[in-house]
Amino acid sequence: MAEQGINHGRRRFLTATTAVVGGVGGVFAAVPFIKAWQPSARAQTAGAPVIADISKLEVGARVIKMWRGQPVWIIRRTSDVVEALSALDGRLKDAESDNLDQQPDYARNETRSRKPDIAVMVGICTHLGCSPTFVPEMLPQAFDSEWNGGFYCPCHNSRFDMAGRVYKNVPAPDNLRIPPYFFIDDNTILIGLDADPKAA
Amino acid sequence: MSTNIINRVIGSANDWMQERAPGLSQWWDRHAAKYYAPKNFNFWYFFGSLALLMFVNQILTGIWLTMNFKPSAAEAFDSVEYIMRDVEWGWLIRYMHSTGASAFFIVVYLHMFRGLIYGSYQKPRELVWTLGVVIFLALMAEAFFGYVLPWGQMSYWGAQVITSLFSAVPVIGPDLVEFIRGDYLISDVTLNRFFALHVIAVPFVLAGLIYLHLMALHEVGSNNPDGVDIKKVKDKATGIPKDGIAFHPYYTVKDLFGTSFFLMIFAFIIFFEPSVGGWFLEHDNFSPANSMVTPQHIKPVWYFTPYYAMLRAIPDKLLGVIVMGAATLIFFAVPWLDRSKVKSIRYRGPITKIMLTLFVISFCVLGWLGAQSGSDTQKLVAQVLTFFYFSFFFTMPIWTAVDKTKPVPERVTFDH
Repeated sequence: MAEQGINHGRRRFLTATTAVVGGVGGVFAAVPFIKAWQPSARAQTAGAPVIADISKLEVGARVIKMWRGQPVWIIRRTSDVVEALSALDGRLKDAESDNLDQQPDYARNETRSRKPDIAVMVGICTHLGCSPTFVPEMLPQAFDSEWNGGFYCPCHNSRFDMAGRVYKNVPAPDNLRIPPYFFIDDNTILIGLDADPKAA
Repeated sequence: MSTNIINRVIGSANDWMQERAPGLSQWWDRHAAKYYAPKNFNFWYFFGSLALLMFVNQILTGIWLTMNFKPSAAEAFDSVEYIMRDVEWGWLIRYMHSTGASAFFIVVYLHMFRGLIYGSYQKPRELVWTLGVVIFLALMAEAFFGYVLPWGQMSYWGAQVITSLFSAVPVIGPDLVEFIRGDYLISDVTLNRFFALHVIAVPFVLAGLIYLHLMALHEVGSNNPDGVDIKKVKDKATGIPKDGIAFHPYYTVKDLFGTSFFLMIFAFIIFFEPSVGGWFLEHDNFSPANSMVTPQHIKPVWYFTPYYAMLRAIPDKLLGVIVMGAATLIFFAVPWLDRSKVKSIRYRGPITKIMLTLFVISFCVLGWLGAQSGSDTQKLVAQVLTFFYFSFFFTMPIWTAVDKTKPVPERVTFDH
């Protein structure tokens, strides 16, 4: 082939278009590899609601139910605890539950619950996902001399009150999450839905 | 007579290869037989070859472990116990792998320290250093994925904490965490993919990076304890640096000596104290993973504790994660932060020596603090040390520039 027969403009055009088309193809080919990391259909269906029977839950005690692989705490708070909650407001980051992602609307109140005495919350620290320790005694603790009862995370020393509200000056940024739930009757709670779909 | 035949066979086999792959013996010359390294390498120059040895150890024992390990949440913990109890010599291979992980970090940290004291990152070795930092980051990822596999309590909650770090990313954080875990929580899916990353993806990347690290080094040549450029004084007839000796056989033999000494200590740990009092293998990891109960005291393995102490010291989630990440990434900047005209600590002034000593002390104390439960006093100390850790780097352009230096000799020395 003679040198003068080369059309450089056409070569550049072909090189550029091949690179563009190949690049687009590469992006499309990457989609399955990235999508394969998302939760699979099996993982998604495993997130079904759970039902908790609290008829045997004593005052001041806690039960733990598993929902979507996470611990959900159900606590029957004493009246002392409920009354003491508002006294803590000044020491908390988000006393008024202003972060709407952390609870459904019906739990956006002083006790962060549907009923004042029954607390339902996801027992996963909003810092790095440890499960905080239940320290319900309203007594001075090594980590807090004015402890009013609540949860203490052993991983990075975050503290939450008995409504799952986070204290100031701890690494956890948000209040503990309140899952969607409703009372089927006085002693039965369904965790995972806001209301009975059959009733609606 | 018979030696004659053997010689002839070897000779013709050699010729056969020469004709078909002429680059092979050139490659060997370039990187070993005619790679001229400074003749004054000391103790600190063992750790590069030892790091390579540990890489080979991890690959070899790792392959054998995968023959019996089951990467599923239901079976992983039991399969490790099966390796430990029922597989012939399984305990040895597993302890070689678990001790090897910690030993790898020990030699890598010492290797990095060597670079810091002799200025091995300075021009023209910036690329060697930055590739080394990438290896360090890949090694941390590899170690983290590996630690999840036995599926003990620390595996599970360690994975929980580390993957949650990504939730601090603004806006996409929670989705990103779900993407990494492949589930709404750390589960069988997470374990299975971490296994794939641990045994295939990251080792491949590491092997490639190690090759690049060595090739980049061989382009510019090795530094030495004097920080003298040996290429400045060459033999006029041969063109070989007068202070250089061939890597093979001189340094292969030296490294072999270092290897045998290192393996003595390595074997002692494997045979007599493989958990090293909970530092190499943590006590809580001898209980199977339980997603409902967090262990009382969560801490990573020792090689991550300095960074973990920094994460805990910052009372803000996003800032804590940023500080932790920055503490590892800041090593990239070292070649450009050091303003000294002199490479080696031997010819630098007192400020450099004091700063380096304080840096090592603060790194070690942070490492200790990261393994403790974290009282208020400890938190305060960690905050002070974290501040110093970053000050060391950020003020480096100042103190390296103002520090006194001594004249660097023309040729390498031995009187230290």
